[in-house]
Amino acid sequence: MDGNRIDWAALARMPKFVELHTKRRAFLLTLWCFGSLCFYLLPICAGYFPEIMRTRLLGRLNVGYFLCLLEFGVIWGIALYYTRKSNAVFDPLTREVVEEIRREVAR
Amino acid sequence: MRRLLSVFTLLATALPAAAAAGPLYQEVQTNRAITISMFLAVVLVTGCVVYRAAKTTKTTADYYAAGGAISGFQNGWAIAGDYLSAATFLGIAGITSLFGADGFMYTVGPFFSFVTILLVIAEPCRNVGRFTLGDILSLRSSSKLVRGTAALSAVVVSTFYLLGQMVGAGKLMQLLLGIPYRASVIGVGALMVVYVTFGGMKATTWVQIIKAALLMLSGIALTLLLLERFDFDLLRFYDAVATSPAVQDHVRTLMKDAAPGSGVDYGQRFLESGLLLKDPVDQISLGLAFALGAAGLPHIMMRFFTVPDARSARTSVVISMVLIGAFMIMVTMIGFGAALFITPQQIMAVDKGGNMAAPMLAQYLGGGAGSVTGDLLLAFVCAVAFSTILAVVSGLILAVSAAVAHDLYVNVLRDGISDQKEQMRIARLSALGIGAVGIVLGLACEKQNIAHLVVLAFAVVASSNFPVLLFALFWKRFNAGGIVTGLTVGAVFAIGVVMVSPNMTYPKKVAADAKKVVELLEKKQTAGVPLSEKEVKSLEKARSDWARNKDGRSLVGLDAPLFPLKNPAILSVPVGFLAAIAGTFLFGHRREEEKFDELYIRQNTGHGAAEAADH
Repeated sequence: MDGNRIDWAALARMPKFVELHTKRRAFLLTLWCFGSLCFYLLPICAGYFPEIMRTRLLGRLNVGYFLCLLEFGVIWGIALYYTRKSNAVFDPLTREVVEEIRREVAR
Repeated sequence: MRRLLSVFTLLATALPAAAAAGPLYQEVQTNRAITISMFLAVVLVTGCVVYRAAKTTKTTADYYAAGGAISGFQNGWAIAGDYLSAATFLGIAGITSLFGADGFMYTVGPFFSFVTILLVIAEPCRNVGRFTLGDILSLRSSSKLVRGTAALSAVVVSTFYLLGQMVGAGKLMQLLLGIPYRASVIGVGALMVVYVTFGGMKATTWVQIIKAALLMLSGIALTLLLLERFDFDLLRFYDAVATSPAVQDHVRTLMKDAAPGSGVDYGQRFLESGLLLKDPVDQISLGLAFALGAAGLPHIMMRFFTVPDARSARTSVVISMVLIGAFMIMVTMIGFGAALFITPQQIMAVDKGGNMAAPMLAQYLGGGAGSVTGDLLLAFVCAVAFSTILAVVSGLILAVSAAVAHDLYVNVLRDGISDQKEQMRIARLSALGIGAVGIVLGLACEKQNIAHLVVLAFAVVASSNFPVLLFALFWKRFNAGGIVTGLTVGAVFAIGVVMVSPNMTYPKKVAADAKKVVELLEKKQTAGVPLSEKEVKSLEKARSDWARNKDGRSLVGLDAPLFPLKNPAILSVPVGFLAAIAGTFLFGHRREEEKFDELYIRQNTGHGAAEAADH
């Protein structure tokens, strides 16, 4: 396939492709911002709210400890959610787009 | 990650020696026969892997990307093997054993970096890339300047990282086995050059998988052995840590409280953050470097070119996230366990940076020094640390080799016209050259404080590679002007800020600290208190330090740092982004916007990925 002969601009305007990339971009951006927010919460709390962080919750373990653990949980949760969403929504949509591109290019 | 070790060494040296019960030993008693056979076993097993890989490494696609035939599951283990350096394992265990909860806080940053890798980098890179960052950027602009700059940035960043690893490797081998620094650096460097030259990405991948498996195994074994002593009751474990008199004494020394009392629960303080990480702005800046920096590291990015499609790239990140996260949590528990059973004082007596905390705990949990199981477990953990160095160094050498041979030689010098045989020869020669450079630099930097080098690697990537990569993948108007400006300005600015940051040595500050020691000890002397042998020595040292440094200036001629933070990211990342945007508008090019459609379709769908691999 010769990349120069394909009208990429026309392909980029395909409704299916536009649907895929706008949906995908919005999803990624939201998830990434959510993750970052959670992440920066930790140094901010540790630096500016040490009193809250040292409140004991369970035995010797304090809020700070559980917040760290929660961060790990959130990050794993993001990975899991992203994988599910990709498998359920974006992968099938991508396959459709690829099919359509093949048909367009073959014409 | 290497900076953990070094930053920490600096801090620890400033601590006064803590009083502890019983005499402290200065060296870990290893059983040399067992330890050396374990090391040889690691070399032998990885050697066999390299031999097998070498037989099937015929083309550049094999050499740089293992022929794209690594499965998502395998690649996940390899990424974990690539990312978890000896500093993560030994350094974080050490930090936790000496500073408690801050060790746990520290692990979140490197772990969070995988969110960016998963969401922004992994799949698009797999869809459009081939071997290097240069390949991706070249899809936006065919300019040789773009590829050349991309290659140069990969070389600079990876060399910083490599140098950090080499110096760390030399010091670790000295600590673990008593092998002299120079011999270790030459040995590790030479071994890795052989591995990479013959086995390429296939060998590197398998070395990383084996290392990740060993690392997980040792993490799980130590955690289970540790918690088993408390019937797997976490609350009882942490209670024991907080009520340990040695830990309480250590925290009191850290907080510079002269005598117990004042109602502070020093043991509980150990479980609270803030003993090490004090400045929140510096922490946020470091977090930014981790969050964006790891995503653009050439040797991590390269791993995504080894899998067949975007789906396996995604699988591999998720697998590596499970492994790395679990390992980080285990390592902090190991650190707390070491604080409890070995005591912070004893850990610091062996190594001020705390790097021996995990190996010492292994020996203790196995039954103590001299017992067969204790020595076996110690030797095993040391061998794992060794395999960790091997895996990370080989990944780095391969990444530089790809930038030099594939980008600079084949595509810039030869216009992409070069047959497979020649390309392979150049690739192998470049790996040899980089290994040699790594060894020479490693030997030259034995006495240097290399902490700022790895700060630099992460900060440079976060402020140059990352903005450029992000714009190349997602911004239509981005072009060659933006790529070149973003890469150079971002990198130069980040390097510049580090040069004027507290990471550098400021002789006047050293002199002032030395002067304080001199004054203190002299006051003691004039008061008629006889100095101990140790104090006499430190007085002599402080005097000579003062004399040597009192008129000195930092590398760039400063008396004191201009930039207050250790990590430049909070300033250099916005500058990098702005530079990329400014470059785009100043040196614009319509043709390249058209090329965006092609790249954008490819990165989203993976369309043409196979064809791209053939051209």
